[in-house]
Amino acid sequence: MKTNLYKYILLIADNSLILGQRLGELCGHGPNLETDIACTNISLDLFGQTRSYYQYAAKLKGDNSTEDDVAFLRKEQDYLNVLLVEQPNTDFAYIMARQFLFDVYHLLFLNELQKSHDVTLSAIAVKSIKEVSYHQRFSSDWIKRLGDGTSESHQKTQNAINDLWTYTDELFHQTDADKKMIIEGIGVDVTKLKESYYKRVVEVLQEATLEVPESKWFQKGGKQGIHTEHLGFILSDLQYMQRTFPNMTW
Amino acid sequence: MKKNWPLWEVFVRSKNGLEHRHFGSLHAADAEMALENARDVYTRRNEGVSIWVVESKNITASNPEHNGELFEPAQDKVYRHPTFYDLPDEIKHM
Repeated sequence: MKTNLYKYILLIADNSLILGQRLGELCGHGPNLETDIACTNISLDLFGQTRSYYQYAAKLKGDNSTEDDVAFLRKEQDYLNVLLVEQPNTDFAYIMARQFLFDVYHLLFLNELQKSHDVTLSAIAVKSIKEVSYHQRFSSDWIKRLGDGTSESHQKTQNAINDLWTYTDELFHQTDADKKMIIEGIGVDVTKLKESYYKRVVEVLQEATLEVPESKWFQKGGKQGIHTEHLGFILSDLQYMQRTFPNMTW
Repeated sequence: MKKNWPLWEVFVRSKNGLEHRHFGSLHAADAEMALENARDVYTRRNEGVSIWVVESKNITASNPEHNGELFEPAQDKVYRHPTFYDLPDEIKHM
C-alpha cells in the first residue's frame, strides 16, 4: 500500500469529517431556521468531500475496505485532523470563528491541491473549490457582522478569535507524509500558504473591527494523532452506530 | 438583539428564460444575509439560477377587503378575451 499517500489523504479528509460532524450537531439546534440550514448545508458539503477522499483511501488500503471503514473504524490516535476543527460549538461566535479560520486555509489549500499530479486528488479539489468559496464568503460575512455588530456580539466574537487563535499555526505544519508527497508532486507545501492566510484573516478581522491576537504560543498535535479531549466525545457519537451494529448500512 | 430579524420575500428564477417566481419568505438582518439564507433555504436542491430578495415591508399589497371593487367588475367582461374569432383549422397552438 502507498502508506504516505494514504496518510496524506487522511490528513486532508479528517478535517472535513470532524468539522462536518461538529456542524451537523447543530441540525435542529441552530440559532434560527436560516442559520441552522446554512450550517448543516456546509456540513453536507464537507461530508461529500470526505466521502470522495475516503473512497480513494479505501481503494488504496485494499482488503475490501470501504469508505465507512475508513470513516468510522479508526482509533482516536489514527485521526489526523487539526485541533482547530474539533473545538466545540461553545456559542455562535465560536462556530463562525472556527469556520472562518478554517475556511480561509481550506480555500488556499484546495487552490494548490488542484495542481496536484494525482488526478483523483486534483479532481476532488476542483469540485470542492466552489463549495468552499461559498463557505468562506458565508463565514467572513458573519465575522464582519458579529464583530461590527452590538457590543455583546463584538465581545463574544473577540473571545472566540482569541481562544481559537492558538490552533491556527498547526494548519501550516508539515508532516513526514506532507514532505514525501511534495517531492512526488502530489502534495501541497502548506508552509507557503501561511503568509496569504494571515493576510486574508487580518483583513477580515480589521473590517470586523476586531483585534488581531498577539499571542505567539500555538497548540499542535492533531496531525500526529494527539488530540484535545474533545475528539473522543465526537468519535463516540460518530462511531456509535458502526460499533454497535457492525457493518450496518442505511 | 431584537427578537426577530426583518422579513424578506424571496424570488427565484428556476431556469434561464423563465421569470423570477415568488418562492417564500425568510428572516435576515441585511440584504447580503437574505441572499445567502435564500440560497441555503430555497436553492439547495438545485432549484434556481438567480435570486432576488426584497424586504417584505417594501411590498405594497392590495387589500382583500377591496376585492369587490378591484376585481369583480372584470368578471362579466368576457369580450376582453379574444375568443370571438373563427380560427382556421391549420393554425395550431392558439
